[in-house]
Amino acid sequence: MPPVEPTSVEQVSDGLRSVGYLPGESTALVSYLAAKLGKPVLVEGPAGVGKTELAKALAKFLGRELVRLQCYEGLDEAKALYEWNYRKQLLRIQAEASGTGWDAVQEDIFGEEFLLARPLMTAIASPEPVVLLIDEIDKTDQEFEAMLLELLSDFQISIPELGRIDARTQPVVLLTSNNSRELTEALKRRCLYLWLDYPGVEHELEIVRLHTPELSETIARKLVAIVQEVRELDLKKPPSIAESIDWARALLLLGAEDLDAQTFRQTMSVIVKHRTDLDTVAARVGVRLEGAPDGAASPRG
Amino acid sequence: MARPLRAAEPGGLDARLIGFTEELRGEGVAIGTSELLDAFAALGEVPWTVRADFKEALAATLAKSPEDRRVFELVFDRFFFRAAEAEAAVQGVTEGEGFEDAAQIDVDALREQIAQALQEGGSEGEMRDLARLAIAAFGERGEGSGVIGVDVQRIRRSLGLRAEPQPDFPEGDPRREGVPRDQLRRFEQQLRRELERGQIERTRQLPPARPLSELDRSLPGGPIQDLAAVHKVVAQLKRRLATQGKELRGRRRHAHVDVRRTMRASLQTGGVPVELKYRPLRPRRPELFVLCDVSTSVTSASVFFLSVLHALHDSFRKLRSFVFIERISEVTEVFERERDFRRASEAISRDAGVADISGYTDYGRVWLEFLAAVEDDLHPRATVIVLGDARTNGRPPRDDVFAAIAAKAGRTFWLNPEPRLYWNYGDSVIAAYERHCTAFECWTANQLEEFVKALTSTHAPATGQR
Repeated sequence: MPPVEPTSVEQVSDGLRSVGYLPGESTALVSYLAAKLGKPVLVEGPAGVGKTELAKALAKFLGRELVRLQCYEGLDEAKALYEWNYRKQLLRIQAEASGTGWDAVQEDIFGEEFLLARPLMTAIASPEPVVLLIDEIDKTDQEFEAMLLELLSDFQISIPELGRIDARTQPVVLLTSNNSRELTEALKRRCLYLWLDYPGVEHELEIVRLHTPELSETIARKLVAIVQEVRELDLKKPPSIAESIDWARALLLLGAEDLDAQTFRQTMSVIVKHRTDLDTVAARVGVRLEGAPDGAASPRG
Repeated sequence: MARPLRAAEPGGLDARLIGFTEELRGEGVAIGTSELLDAFAALGEVPWTVRADFKEALAATLAKSPEDRRVFELVFDRFFFRAAEAEAAVQGVTEGEGFEDAAQIDVDALREQIAQALQEGGSEGEMRDLARLAIAAFGERGEGSGVIGVDVQRIRRSLGLRAEPQPDFPEGDPRREGVPRDQLRRFEQQLRRELERGQIERTRQLPPARPLSELDRSLPGGPIQDLAAVHKVVAQLKRRLATQGKELRGRRRHAHVDVRRTMRASLQTGGVPVELKYRPLRPRRPELFVLCDVSTSVTSASVFFLSVLHALHDSFRKLRSFVFIERISEVTEVFERERDFRRASEAISRDAGVADISGYTDYGRVWLEFLAAVEDDLHPRATVIVLGDARTNGRPPRDDVFAAIAAKAGRTFWLNPEPRLYWNYGDSVIAAYERHCTAFECWTANQLEEFVKALTSTHAPATGQR
């Protein structure tokens, strides 16, 4: 797909739709601003609201490659930025005739040839502009965050032995966070901010219908209403959008005619994944479905 | 103080926006110059005429956390609404009172209609019209109280709108099942706005811009505050605490070498300890004794606090909770049985039987009873937490008994739901207790989080920490 340079918010919104991602009100706008202003976007929200999906969809729509850096505790520069290819350097030194002086070798082994580019480096050194996804930034420690600052504000990386590497092209950068720890002010200051929350009934219904168009409208509606209701309960892990889609697929596979109490009991493990949560949901929602087969599960609002 | 009206200040949009960010800063949103520049850059890319886009562009650049975003929404509405109203008043544009003949409104039909609209989620315009009708019907009786918040609640009550199910209403009444909470909030917002508009038109003056009350951000204080907010606080707290202990700095970052396992591993390398084995870092899991004042002055804060602690049950080895007014009563089981905050609080007020005669807190007696009940269980690894306002109602504080408790337990904390400003005024004797424990202010979610962090951290907090 050829690279796209968006010119309006509507275009971004339509574009994201066309690749199977239904953006909320602010999502399209912030994505557009990110592409226009060249600023990184910090996307926060509960797990499973489509933060990572947004990056994928954006890459697809913009016709760019997606470079992904999955963060975890203990992630360091060597894994994220670059690393010297130590083995290759050794081989190079050994292959060198013994007569060569140290200076010549040193010049040699600290060249770009011996550099292993990791995701961040790949992203800014790429000749084609890319979408860079830094996933779950809140899982890393603060030192790593500080290291990112140079990259995020100036799109450059300093390598002591080589000097500064500037970005050849400007990537669109998305950082996601589950808000499990407060990110530093310095990082936030450099980013646009997007808060993704669970979608409303109509929006979620649209998403489910998009992914499982074969599922009948009534079942989809019931399903979304139940998922939304389950989210209101005090659960260890509320169901995500991905899980409501999974559930819709499961119902489709089972050929469910209607979403009644029995089907619900059989399939609710798709959306609820904790022993105690299962009990709570069965007690609250399951019983109510039995009591009032029609009225209760009808969509609210 | 009310500001006299004049035409828009010179400087156009730039000045307005800076005024807006000033107001945000006043509410505690940290906005630097770089954010401001970003906001202007972003506005260069979106059409200003579309309200939603304008607002989102500002929000994306200025408000960078969910809490900030919430404050942003409130301030945005207030700021631009007031700007528009001020302009209208200067230009002499009025909307008129509209429904002069309040007597002609069929009050019951209106009640019904509003509840119906809330249930179905009516459009913005519809809500607005209904809000105006409601004000015409109920608002002006007795000229209103002059305080908009009070008027809004009075109108809401006279409409019989509540989020909780109300079984008193007949079958089929839309209010019977309770009105959706978000719709109710929307309607209240419209009411507030229409009342404010009316006030500005009548007085031709802008009411003083009050800062958002701390209440908007504080712990759930009353029954009106919604439970969803409570759950959000708890859920976030849980997640934050799950990552606790990983941000240790300096010496504490490193675990101790486990000599035995290291030697064992060194056998593989001929006795040279190539690989060091460390002792795992175990977070401190304290044994907790929690004492909560549930007299009317602090009930909701303390019950909320108890429910938070119980939600965090996994982090503690053992947790026993007591509530007290004049005497104490153990409620550990109530919380284990009831996961629901509201039901737990109902159960406590029904069964605990802590009030005796006067219903005023009697700390001296509470300490004695507590000491008698748990004396044998207290040990240096136990933590005692007291939540109360330390107001003795003139009774002897008996801080000597409290000192005995503190001496037996390893750590003692006091959480005071009153702002520090009020401490030691009137009958508050917190200073007497503070000598034996670490006292915290605890009336916003942030303060609570700080406290829980201190509680679950792997090392004992510095003594005398405030």
